[in-house]
Amino acid sequence: MRDKFAYALATLGAIVLVRNLYLIFMVMPDEANQGMIYRLLYFHVPAWWTAFIAVGLSAIFSGLYLAKKNLRYDAMAVSVTEVALVFLTMGIVLGSIWGRIIWGVWWVWDARLTSALICVLLYAGYLMLRRSIEEPSQRARISAVFSLFAFVDVPIVWFSIRWWRTQHPQPMQLPPEMWHTLLWNWFGMALLTAALVLIRLDQEETDRKVQSMRHLAQFAYRS
Amino acid sequence: MDSRNFQFMFYGFTAAWLIVFVYVVTLVRRGSRLRAELKRQDALSERSGRHPLS
Repeated sequence: MRDKFAYALATLGAIVLVRNLYLIFMVMPDEANQGMIYRLLYFHVPAWWTAFIAVGLSAIFSGLYLAKKNLRYDAMAVSVTEVALVFLTMGIVLGSIWGRIIWGVWWVWDARLTSALICVLLYAGYLMLRRSIEEPSQRARISAVFSLFAFVDVPIVWFSIRWWRTQHPQPMQLPPEMWHTLLWNWFGMALLTAALVLIRLDQEETDRKVQSMRHLAQFAYRS
Repeated sequence: MDSRNFQFMFYGFTAAWLIVFVYVVTLVRRGSRLRAELKRQDALSERSGRHPLS
């Protein structure tokens, strides 16, 4: 049932995103100063929004795990974090490509870009950390603490353009039709994210089932 | 500027979709590996006559 719902969400998300590609390339005019490269913004900005919501959820599930010690919250946390990392990577890669044209360089070490890179590395580190711990409850506890620690970087990324003078631009004032397309793209990404998280969660539960079958089988054969 | 603009915009959109595509392929491969493993564990338990989760 959950599988079907996830595939329905993924299909709907794909339809919305493909429709948006038509709007982005065929309907939206070039931006006056940036030309056509500004179109990357329609993916760059929603990718970061989506990733931040996902890591926010990861922090909530991690907190819930620490409070209730229910491994289901740990499964939810790892599922949303993994999908968040996809969108964090997308955001940083698109930003870098945009910067190559607008700034003339792939990367600058300003507060926004540096804190964003740290954010990507922290969540990649979260997933690597999980692989290094065998025992499920110990893995869940340490990962939950690490996830809460990693989330501290998110407000720093978000507010860095206000707190420090950065090369990264301030939020742009977009005309309503551009906002409309941007929000639709975010909606498409949100649907896709929900679908990917549900599929990943299903896999996490299957993995847990396989692990417990293995352990119980070993225990049964020994006794 | 415009042809480079187009070229880099193309790189950007390709990269965005490629990142999602690679992740979806990873998910699909992991899903089939897990299903195969679950089937294998089930078969092992049935062969031994004791299902661990029963």
